[in-house]
Amino acid sequence: MIKALQMIPEKCTSCLLCEMACSLENEGLFNPAKSRIKVFEFEHGKTSVPYTCTQCEEAWCLHACPTNAIVINKNTGAKEVIDDKCVGCKVCTMACPYGTVNYNSATGKVIKCDLCGGDPKCVEACPTQAIIYVEHEAPL
Amino acid sequence: MTWQQQILRVNLTDGTCTAEPLNMDWAQDYLGERGLATRYLWEEMDPATDAMSPDNVLIFATGPLTGTMASTSGRFAVVTKSPLTNGVACSNSGGKFGASLKFAGYDMLILEGRSPTPVYLHIVDDEVTLHAAQDLWGKSVWETDAAIHEKHQDPQLKIAAIGVSGEQGVRYACIVNDLHRAAGRSGVGSVMGSKNLKAIAVHGSKGVSVDDMPRFMDVVKKTWKKLEQDDGRRELTELGTNAMIDTMEAFGGLPTNNFQQVQFAGTEKINPEAMQTPNQNGHTNLITNKACFGCTIACGRIAHIDQNHFSIVNRKEYWHASGGLEYETAFAFGPACGIDDIDALTFAGYLMNEHGMDPISFGVTLAAAMELFEMGIITIEDTDGVALNFGNAEALTIMAEKTGKFEGFGQILGLGSKRMCEKYGHPELSMAVKGQEFAGYDSRALPGMGLGYATSNRGACHLKHDVFAEDMEDQSANGKAQPCKTSQDAIATIDSTGLCLFTSGAWDMADYAEQLDAACKGSWTRERLEKIGERIWNLERQFNLSAGLSKSDDTLPARLLNDPAPGGTAKGRVCDLETMLSEYYELRGWSDRGVPTPATLARLNLS
Ligand code: SF4
Ligand code: SF4
Ligand code: SF4
Repeated sequence: MIKALQMIPEKCTSCLLCEMACSLENEGLFNPAKSRIKVFEFEHGKTSVPYTCTQCEEAWCLHACPTNAIVINKNTGAKEVIDDKCVGCKVCTMACPYGTVNYNSATGKVIKCDLCGGDPKCVEACPTQAIIYVEHEAPL
Repeated sequence: MTWQQQILRVNLTDGTCTAEPLNMDWAQDYLGERGLATRYLWEEMDPATDAMSPDNVLIFATGPLTGTMASTSGRFAVVTKSPLTNGVACSNSGGKFGASLKFAGYDMLILEGRSPTPVYLHIVDDEVTLHAAQDLWGKSVWETDAAIHEKHQDPQLKIAAIGVSGEQGVRYACIVNDLHRAAGRSGVGSVMGSKNLKAIAVHGSKGVSVDDMPRFMDVVKKTWKKLEQDDGRRELTELGTNAMIDTMEAFGGLPTNNFQQVQFAGTEKINPEAMQTPNQNGHTNLITNKACFGCTIACGRIAHIDQNHFSIVNRKEYWHASGGLEYETAFAFGPACGIDDIDALTFAGYLMNEHGMDPISFGVTLAAAMELFEMGIITIEDTDGVALNFGNAEALTIMAEKTGKFEGFGQILGLGSKRMCEKYGHPELSMAVKGQEFAGYDSRALPGMGLGYATSNRGACHLKHDVFAEDMEDQSANGKAQPCKTSQDAIATIDSTGLCLFTSGAWDMADYAEQLDAACKGSWTRERLEKIGERIWNLERQFNLSAGLSKSDDTLPARLLNDPAPGGTAKGRVCDLETMLSEYYELRGWSDRGVPTPATLARLNLS
């Protein structure tokens, strides 16, 4: 059974600890600007919505990549970017209908959620359980 | 590293913006935020300078832990000379602005001089620009925020701005960031206005690191857990700070009708339960709670006003959610003014954020005006035709707006209670210390808190000391000087870390020390932090003494010293400040005139 990230916006307090945990895991420092997960705020802060890659079944990014730099991790189902193969052409960022592959100008490569190899750090950091990692027949 | 080791200096007179290295020697002795900014202030200006002169210096400072994963790491301080107290001003705020400033690569922002024309500061990491703000002058905080976001087409900009009140020198104008968080007290917004600086917009994307990341994360997770399990934390998350209103009502420490009473009959209509209960129209005030950056508490309330309420029935622009009632706002608009209309209180709270004013000082100034009105000292002729009786909810909303826009009687209210009451020949009606208005704790019921109010370096304030537990246990003046001093020093340290004071119920000094020790190079012990706090307190005192304040300013309004509490658990008591004060001076190592002795200064490396 594959697990997926589930977001529950009603519980989100907009603390951005998920963004911090994600940047720490992937970039080694605290920097929301480099996070794979993003929290969007609406209406004077009334609603905040955490949002990242859904690991969708269509895998648009994977199919669009001309260098086969995006592959499926068979244990987690995550679509992962292989840095060595990514040439930074950004085709995947256009192909993703959810906008969750992003170009990192500092490295010239793209970044996206890889489910932290099955131990999602954003889930661990969230103080309100607004992000949970749950089993699903198919990705959400 | 933990400190970005860089500050941004903006000379508004010349229009220059220069990055320079942070003085790391001072950071070792003063940490960041409140402490470090006070050290810079002490160096860079003559404390006797007029607060509204270009020679006053306005500092925005983050702390070493700002922008890390330590819980509540979104805090920053605004430090300057106060136009309300003429002493040091130190206002703390949360939201997301402070972390963004740090992510842009700056521990601190120093603003000096005065721009010849209105400007705003735009910071995108290393790119720093002053833009013309003529078109923003005269706009509210919310309008300014929207206009700057629109102009730069950058939703990630975090903005701190002033309203018209700050432009016009309302003595308690504040600086609002992220729409409803504020460096609220002591008139820091008017200092910003006097510099012709309308707003600061920051987009930081460099990030922050710490010295020993694995150890830091271990400590962070441990302290998160401790906070999670704390009952006080749970109350803040579930009920918000307004949980205090029921405690103070029951205890009889809830200042009512300008401190003439200590309990308020309308408490039930404005307490956390009322915020969560649908009214006759099925409208519920509270929507949800929200956090500042990095915070696992989330005390902030998001509320909305009943659309049928008189204040907004014809004003659709207020039919949206925004920051809801905090305890101090509820106290200052509610009991202090005798008003029990929760929608009016919430609306007045919106207006404070929209126009950039401190709700405590505004509410307590209005309360004094209401007492003057009921005494017949001022009449409807003075007050633009509005009857300023205690309990008049409409008067609250009208006057909040007038003061925010600096119109009519709002210009008088903008003086603050001290100057307003002096103007009308009744200085005794101003419930303030050093010119700054009281927060919602009556010093007759809570004498240790009273000592704290009297000696606080920024005037009456509930956030610079914590003798609450001791006072609840024993209402006498005995033994209050020691906890007052100890908590003042501890809070000075916490205020300098980048973390929120609301962690202090769950964490003790050892918890802060452990986090700093993992994050920063060198050894950070509990003892070292305690000494840093005491050093900061004494430096602030030195600033105030050099600014012309003295022992005679360490006092309380006559009402609290002479008029026995009319009810509650302290019925019949006055606040015995005299006894506590001499004990306090001695504990501090100050002369009987309240001046730090040479030995004290030497011990704290302040000579
Ligand atoms: S699972 Fe990992 S990579 Fe994906 S958003 Fe969460 S922290 Fe980032
Ligand atoms: S950590 Fe949780 S509560 Fe905080 S912003 Fe992320 S999803 Fe929201
Ligand atoms: S406890 Fe409240 S004020 Fe403090 S950081 Fe959290 S949300 Fe902000």
